[in-house]
Amino acid sequence: MALIDLSRKEVHCKIVYYGPGRGGKTTNLLYIYNAMSQGVRGKMLTIETKGDRTLFFDLLPLTLGKINDFDVRIQLYTVPGQTIYEATRKLVLKGVDGVVFVADSLKVRRDKNIESLIDLEKNLDEYGLSIREIPLVLQYNKRDLANSVIPILSVEEMEETLNKQLQVPSFEAAATKGIGVFETLKEISKRTIKYVAKKHLLTDI
Amino acid sequence: MDDLVITPSVLEKAKQHIEDALIKAGVHTVLLIDDAGNVVANCGRSGSGFDTTALAALAAANFGATSQIARLIGEEDFTLLFHRGKKDSIHFAKVGNRLILITIFGEEISLGLVRLRVAQLTKTIEKIFNLDN
Repeated sequence: MALIDLSRKEVHCKIVYYGPGRGGKTTNLLYIYNAMSQGVRGKMLTIETKGDRTLFFDLLPLTLGKINDFDVRIQLYTVPGQTIYEATRKLVLKGVDGVVFVADSLKVRRDKNIESLIDLEKNLDEYGLSIREIPLVLQYNKRDLANSVIPILSVEEMEETLNKQLQVPSFEAAATKGIGVFETLKEISKRTIKYVAKKHLLTDI
Repeated sequence: MDDLVITPSVLEKAKQHIEDALIKAGVHTVLLIDDAGNVVANCGRSGSGFDTTALAALAAANFGATSQIARLIGEEDFTLLFHRGKKDSIHFAKVGNRLILITIFGEEISLGLVRLRVAQLTKTIEKIFNLDN
């Protein structure tokens, strides 16, 4: 649910990073926060965490230029990935305009990825949103582990299990090193803004 | 859930009512936010020193979490929330089903007065924004 402020000429969109626990959602936001200049990013908000796990959500506000004279403000949120935080995840999804699904490339996390994607579909549905309509981008994180001894899923396997039906853009990433982070952000921002702008005839793109 | 489109006239009207009902009564800051955590209007003491974006996101999440707690104990919803601090206190009230009114006030104004004014104001803002219940 975007907020269109005709008075201040601003469009506010909410993009949520979703995915299984310890998949790298917060790492994506931290990398963006550290790489962007102060004029573009706001303060990053992290709600007290249990160790390195997100308990409620992280928030990073960004200002991403203009579209037809409207300032575009985007708020990036993460959800807590662990299964037990289902109620919290659903809360963070409220009013979402675009989703990045951060999948974990580790072989042992295969089922957790699927479980989380099903959970996303269910939670979107409860807000009357369809996973097939909302702007969505997949990110296959931790690709840098391909050169290690840890068994990881191939991109083809991940495409087969997660993206076969959705057919949305997907990006390989190593969020700790920043690989694929901005490619993912760029694509989801573009799709989300287009989706909102088209709906409100702010542009004819 | 539909997007919320705010026109200048609606925003001005809402701000005027907030000024008259709360700011003139001594409340120092009032934020009107949507339930996704976006700031719709910011009235009162400017440059209060706090991060309104973060406050709005946390308040929306807080309200959402409290609604879930309400449901767990068999209530449909809690329509207001209040936190008392040493110097400043904060009061949250639902406006229709899309907006939340956040009132921040000091010791010089009573909670009773805030609650009374907020109760009247939420109805007025609901009408201005034409919100469904």
